[in-house]
Amino acid sequence: MPKLPSALRKPSKPGERGNGARRDGGGANGVEAEPHPVREKTKEGAIDVVGWVDQRTGASPFLTGLLLRKVPKGTNWFYTLGSATLFAFVVQALTGVFLAFYYVPSATEAYDSISHLTNDVFLGEFVRGLHKWGATMMIILIFLHMGRTFFFGAYKYPRELNWVIGVVLLILTLVMGLTGYLLPFDNRSYWATIVAMNITASGPVVGPYLADFLRAGSEFTATTLPRFYAVHMLLVPGLIIALIGAHLYLVVKLGTTAPPWLRAEAKPKSSREEKVG
Amino acid sequence: MAEPADKKRGATPEKPKPAGYFEGETMTRRTVFALAGQAAGGVAVAVVALPVVGFAVAPIFDRPEETWEGVGSPDDFADDTYRQAVITIVDGVGDSGKTTVYIRRGSPTLDEDPNEFIAISTRCAHLGCPVRFVQAAGNFICPCHGGVYDFEGLVIGGPPVRPLDRFQTRVNGDTVEVGPRYSVTNDLEPVRARDPGEFTGGIWEYLYPPRPTTPPPPS
Repeated sequence: MPKLPSALRKPSKPGERGNGARRDGGGANGVEAEPHPVREKTKEGAIDVVGWVDQRTGASPFLTGLLLRKVPKGTNWFYTLGSATLFAFVVQALTGVFLAFYYVPSATEAYDSISHLTNDVFLGEFVRGLHKWGATMMIILIFLHMGRTFFFGAYKYPRELNWVIGVVLLILTLVMGLTGYLLPFDNRSYWATIVAMNITASGPVVGPYLADFLRAGSEFTATTLPRFYAVHMLLVPGLIIALIGAHLYLVVKLGTTAPPWLRAEAKPKSSREEKVG
Repeated sequence: MAEPADKKRGATPEKPKPAGYFEGETMTRRTVFALAGQAAGGVAVAVVALPVVGFAVAPIFDRPEETWEGVGSPDDFADDTYRQAVITIVDGVGDSGKTTVYIRRGSPTLDEDPNEFIAISTRCAHLGCPVRFVQAAGNFICPCHGGVYDFEGLVIGGPPVRPLDRFQTRVNGDTVEVGPRYSVTNDLEPVRARDPGEFTGGIWEYLYPPRPTTPPPPS
């Protein structure tokens, strides 16, 4: 049986010798069970493919560093909020892509296309429901994730840049909420957008121009809805994906923090400290 | 092993001159080409990016054509009460492009020309909800946050920051026509149309500069 590339093997635990690959030194009681031929062949084939790709990409050190990295003692369920937010984003991206199969971003047709995809298309209500409630979930999760980071002090040196990226991601997520709200184009979304544009416009000096830019004119016009649609499904998601990449890179690069209630373990004093102290 | 001190003294053989070297050059050929390459890349990016950005922001500078819409004959309107009319201010967006306008004749008791017509917009100056004229009170009342305006559209209560907007009016033959929107100051001086939530008059004329998308106010 060909061996996995060493980098893909599970790192040994402290106190265990070798690279975890040493376990194949025969069964503990010396009686090796007869290997199942089909299972063996399948395993071999899979390992061959993995090895082939790894030889050509050299991806395994990167992947082991990413997936098998050490986390501090005390890591708990609160640390899953970031992944949960990422999962919510993936749900939004997937359902959003498929909603775009049926949605028509035109002021005169948007509402009809939404009611068609909700009421007539098979499972349309479910997919739209996932997107609608998933949006709320993502906002809740991103705030919980931010709260976790704040209360655990995880924004401090050297992770300030990741906090800043996270805040930009929060704002972009809220922009997604704002632009997505208009798309069903019922009375509620229309008036909510009118109010949002008027709040934007009331910012001094740049506000009026910014609102004109978002509306494509001084009034809500036929161009406004396609604009919101393009921002909602192309511009902002692209930015979010890029920034999530940077966010995750920094998480992996810098590691996570231990919860604040865990005190640093007292290290045995080094010889130098002993001499001085 | 050579003495490190030798190097400092410049005893090592001189480096060969790069290709194209000449006496007195201030930049190597490599630097020139690197800069030229970056400049070409910059030009290529600008050629794509600038038109795209211009394309996206163009509507900021685009003023839609003025439309005038007939709302009735001059005899239809009194000077002590309003008559409603529905006009289309944006084409191609169905019902959301329509708005209700309250129209009356100028009243001599309010120091207005009886031959002019006053068209009051129903867009609340707070956040843009539609206001309603309540005949019994003689006031405009906004359902959203309790903004109240008097008969002339001046704020008498609630959060609105300026009087109700107006529309330009004219008489064309025997039809009263309603034209572009304009905003007014607290003294009912016409200014360019503003979005709800923006103050008018005084320093606010500078903090909310005129936008190219709105026509100039009537003089």
